[in-house]
Amino acid sequence: MRHEIKMTVNGKAVSGSVEPRTLLVQFIREHLKLTGTHVGCDTTQCGCCVVHVDGKAMKSCTMLAVQASGRTVTTIEGLAAADGTLHPMQAAFQEHHGLQCGFCTPGMVMMGVDIANRMPNADEATVRRQLEGNICRCTGYQGIVEAILDAAPKMAAAKAKA
Amino acid sequence: MKNFNYHRPSDAGAASALVSKSEEPRLLAGGMSLLPSMKLRLVAPSDIVDLGDISALKGIKVEGKEVYVGAMTCHADVAANADVKRVLPALAELADGIGDPAVRHRGTIGGSIANADPAACYPSAVVGLDATVETNKRKIPADQFFVGLFTTALEPGEIVTGVRFKAPDKAKYMKLRHPASGFAVVGVMIAKYGSNVRVAVTGAGPSVFRVPAMEKALSANFSAKALDGITIPDADLMTDIHFSAEYRANAVVVMAKRGVTAIA
Repeated sequence: MRHEIKMTVNGKAVSGSVEPRTLLVQFIREHLKLTGTHVGCDTTQCGCCVVHVDGKAMKSCTMLAVQASGRTVTTIEGLAAADGTLHPMQAAFQEHHGLQCGFCTPGMVMMGVDIANRMPNADEATVRRQLEGNICRCTGYQGIVEAILDAAPKMAAAKAKA
Repeated sequence: MKNFNYHRPSDAGAASALVSKSEEPRLLAGGMSLLPSMKLRLVAPSDIVDLGDISALKGIKVEGKEVYVGAMTCHADVAANADVKRVLPALAELADGIGDPAVRHRGTIGGSIANADPAACYPSAVVGLDATVETNKRKIPADQFFVGLFTTALEPGEIVTGVRFKAPDKAKYMKLRHPASGFAVVGVMIAKYGSNVRVAVTGAGPSVFRVPAMEKALSANFSAKALDGITIPDADLMTDIHFSAEYRANAVVVMAKRGVTAIA
């Protein structure tokens, strides 16, 4: 049996017809063709597939698309402004060279935004601990941690101003 | 994963009814264990009954020394709740140590205890903090809830609605964390209620268990020294490629001593 699902993805209303077993990440990549969200391990460990569901970081490989029906989803494609201006977290990843091969980067950036939302004043040890569900096989954590530490207070300041 | 019928009822009664008329149903809470198990085809339910829309199962209520956590409350909400941090900080700390942030946004207390994974953290809190597991049918005392490996006292169609904890004078959860998975190689919850101490161990055996010898010693003298000479028989403990039963037995004592030292 197929299910008709509807959700908001990156601010747009989307719908689709899926099998119950379709994972959220499959729906995002294969139905919506938003391939920025990656599948690394498919076992809830690596964090390449992290998206925000109702504003919170979740692993889209371990969630059914039907579970996300009616919810609001943000993927890496939804972070930058309409005119292409990078989100402060994306800009910080660029600035601090927070990537090597780039495969884990979408999940790292989405988790970075989530960490910054929850704890804008996190110190380095906290950021490292909060990243334990995101794995970078290039071992490029140094730049990733620096980027999150740099962007978090900037995001908080921008929010306070808005 | 194999396909299945998907249901998302809006109350526990409807969920229970769906379970009773399905061939091989499974309740879906946060899905942090069930969905990976389905991907591996360790389980292949005919019907998934998703509890995600049942708002009555979500939320935290703290009244005096009583902490009630709705079954569908995620670990992140327990970890961040100001009242839980104030009245029962050991529970907030335990919740904050499960999995990773993304897992804590989905995994739930009800799902964790109903699954009864031997390496899950929450069972030690339920037993160590003398909780009552509330279901759509009855109230189950902690000591009767966990029956064995992935086995609880829950009957088919019975749904955990919440867990009611009694906050102790002080408590500490000390976990030897598996470095890759974050699961408890050994996790020890120590709780002091007046002169009565409870010690509950997860990760070491097929199911959470209490350690009467430690409870007696700590009730008489709440210090790490009181645990000197106490050993845990390793015959019934788990062995895997990472840790032997003998190692786990020793780790129980080490974690218990560290826990007591932290709050004595």
